[in-house]
Amino acid sequence: MQTHLNISKVSIDFPTPKGPFRALNDVSLKINKGEFVSLIGHSGCGKSTVLNIVAGLYDATEGGVLLDGKEIQGPGPERAVVFQNHSLLPWLTSYQNVELAVKQVFNKTKSKKEMHDWIMHNLELVHMTHAADKRPDEISGGMKQRVGIARALAMEPSVLLMDEPFGALDALTRAHLQDSLMEIQKDLNNTVIMITHDVDEAVLLSDRIVMMTNGPAATVGEILHVDLERPRDRLALASDPKYVDYRAQVLTFLYEKQRKVEPIAAGKDAKASDKGEKASA
Amino acid sequence: MNIPSLFMASLKDRIENFSIKSLLFPLFGIVVFILLWQVGASRVNTSLGVFPGPTIVYQQWNGLVQEHQDERLKEDKFYERQYKRIEARQAKDPSYVGKIRSYTGKPTFFDQIFTSLYTVLAGFILASVLAIPIGILIGLNGSVYSALNPIIQVFKPVSPLAWLPLVTMVVSATYVSADPMFSKSFLTSMFTVTLCCMWPTLINTAVGVAAVEKDLLNVSKVLRLNWMTHVIKIVIPSAIPLMFTGLRLSLGIAWMVLIAAEMLAQNPGLGKFVWDEFQNGSSNSLGRIMVAVLMIGFIGFLLDRVMLTIQRFVSWDKTQVLR
Repeated sequence: MQTHLNISKVSIDFPTPKGPFRALNDVSLKINKGEFVSLIGHSGCGKSTVLNIVAGLYDATEGGVLLDGKEIQGPGPERAVVFQNHSLLPWLTSYQNVELAVKQVFNKTKSKKEMHDWIMHNLELVHMTHAADKRPDEISGGMKQRVGIARALAMEPSVLLMDEPFGALDALTRAHLQDSLMEIQKDLNNTVIMITHDVDEAVLLSDRIVMMTNGPAATVGEILHVDLERPRDRLALASDPKYVDYRAQVLTFLYEKQRKVEPIAAGKDAKASDKGEKASA
Repeated sequence: MNIPSLFMASLKDRIENFSIKSLLFPLFGIVVFILLWQVGASRVNTSLGVFPGPTIVYQQWNGLVQEHQDERLKEDKFYERQYKRIEARQAKDPSYVGKIRSYTGKPTFFDQIFTSLYTVLAGFILASVLAIPIGILIGLNGSVYSALNPIIQVFKPVSPLAWLPLVTMVVSATYVSADPMFSKSFLTSMFTVTLCCMWPTLINTAVGVAAVEKDLLNVSKVLRLNWMTHVIKIVIPSAIPLMFTGLRLSLGIAWMVLIAAEMLAQNPGLGKFVWDEFQNGSSNSLGRIMVAVLMIGFIGFLLDRVMLTIQRFVSWDKTQVLR
């Protein structure tokens, strides 16, 4: 299979009063069409920075990103982003939020009727047609995130970038949305890069899990291929030895090899095990 | 839902939520104030008699209403006389073309209120038309902001009274017309109001525009919105709450400035009414001035309420507490 998205030797420096700070160092990653890749790592390790570079919101200091063999230049709808806190325009209804994206992308290629159908189709994908005329402050957090996903999908992106899309949601809503996302993914076969700090989410959804080392100068630590049959069912997988093993590998990477050094030594163990429990909950 | 039905819904909502309690405390406050005023006022003696208390003010108010009605009656009669005279002449000589002379009686208290109101609205609208686009530009572009900020900071605190002589002279020098559409006094008052009240709108608009959430800016970038769409769909809606804070401040300032300007420049309006009464110095004067003071306050309050109502309709953030 040809390489769809090629992140090639990307490094980035951020200017600080004390001189440039190297946040990412030599990150390389090749992603195939239709592949679902998760980036996992401790907070502050630069996962979001990688995503923002692919989105074009940040410029890499060294290296670059190739999409279908062409270097990306700035942000664009072919690399749609689902932001962590939905980022819907609060003064527009769900329909209008998706419409803004559709009008921008398909203005020349779709008729008015086609655009309307396309908007409704995408709202239907995330089961949000019932709230098409509601504004973001009138719907729940999970529903907002659904509309955010619909907006991104409506751009028909060649890569879908998701920045901790379910991070701000409660566990039940999150599980629900993960199932929805797997369903959509089965139908559309999108190329997805998703940032997460949830080990279960990563194993459940991904074809590959990219584990990142701690910053500064963070880079790709290990890559785990998740070879589980699709469609995946969270209940059946919970006792699947392969699934358990994958989980253990990610946890080992995060909490042994890349244990975050806490300033207070006494709190270190407590915090680490606390996080581990949370992730397995 | 369209705007009128939204308006009716909110009105209905308010009537349903209306309770005696919500009326009781304001009423109590007003009653206590009137009592203190009555007691306090009777103890202050001036060369024009005792300081007007509520009863005197009420009498003067009736007097002003009466005066207004008398004046209107006089005006009607004046025109009636003219029509009759012309008809009589035409009966004798059918080729006669009559000429109606306009009534030139002195403006009453209510005429002055009307003059002040449209002057303040004209000045305020002109200020908004200038301040909102400039504010948007400043908020969007750091360089424009740096270029204009010193000028804004210097002109912002200038008192209306300092501008007035300059505005008066400039208007007299430049607005020369045989058949003027507006009177010079109107233009002078209006421009003074504009110059003084545009700043809060300008600054708040700029702050609102500059404070658009970073995530929304990223959305705009990912969508590759062009400049116009970006400003119309993202920047302006997001700046609207602060813009309206500015507009309400501006309207308040506009009203205060106008009264001062009218007083100083002897331009028609409530300010002139107050000054004329002061110069007149009759036993009625203080009472009439007090009526004007209350009227100025009441109109200022109403203007703010009108802006608040508009803000409630325009603002997308229905959770925002507006008061």
